[in-house]
Amino acid sequence: MRAGPWIFTAFCREELMTIVFYAASAVAIAATILMLTGLHAVHALLYLIVSLLAVAVIFFDLGAPFVAALEVIIYAGAIMVLFVFVVMLLNLGDPAARAERALLTPSIWIGPSVLTTILLAEFVWLLVRGHVPPVAAATISPVEVGMTLFGRYLIGVELASFLLLGGLVAAYHLGWRQVPQAEAVHAPHP
Amino acid sequence: MLPIREGFVVAGILFTLGVMGVLVRRNLVFVLMSIEVMLNAAGLAFVVAGTRWHQPDGQVVFLFILAMAAAEVSVGLALVLELYHQYKSLDTDAISRMRG
Repeated sequence: MRAGPWIFTAFCREELMTIVFYAASAVAIAATILMLTGLHAVHALLYLIVSLLAVAVIFFDLGAPFVAALEVIIYAGAIMVLFVFVVMLLNLGDPAARAERALLTPSIWIGPSVLTTILLAEFVWLLVRGHVPPVAAATISPVEVGMTLFGRYLIGVELASFLLLGGLVAAYHLGWRQVPQAEAVHAPHP
Repeated sequence: MLPIREGFVVAGILFTLGVMGVLVRRNLVFVLMSIEVMLNAAGLAFVVAGTRWHQPDGQVVFLFILAMAAAEVSVGLALVLELYHQYKSLDTDAISRMRG
């Protein structure tokens, strides 16, 4: 850290955490409101991704770095890619083409950009000033989470695997039924 | 001091916004996104509570919520695709004709 009495640095860290928490909360709420009031699905998805990233910053601030990483990877990564994929599948046609032409106008991407810039500024500020590792008073490490998950909650892991298998089978079934109508002869797999 | 109460307030606001989205919006994709927001807010509340009592259980429950959200989204989006192919619309009012 920097020079100075330790009380000052501790105060600074507390202040830093609090400021980061409030800023990330404000970004999350603002992005969610903008998502709900959006008209185009892709623009709403952009705001939803920003909201999830802001919640990930809140998690990191609260001393849950493992969950923050999972939030970015699975929620803002995998699930949102699924959403984008479906929106792309559905919005074929003239309105989508017009929207795509309008996609480069600043009024559309300026909102998510500003909100993510706030998150990026928080991140950089934490890295530069905050002496990152002890950002929370008591960080719960991934080791503890894993020990608890595969210890006390092992039955829950098994049930979650049942659920995921059920979701996989259901999604496969729902997607498979359309194929024989379209091209029944040479389409062995969807 | 960790901002525990404020964390719960933020989770409550996000959950309320999700409920409003489900009730107000008529586009099925927006309804699914609102459900995601609600699940995320519930997970945030669990993580905040886990931080409050210094237990990893809150994060474990968040992992379960994550798995549940992934399964729900895959099935929900497959249903959305199927409904769009049948009704050529994503309006929930148009789909409410479905009976039986």
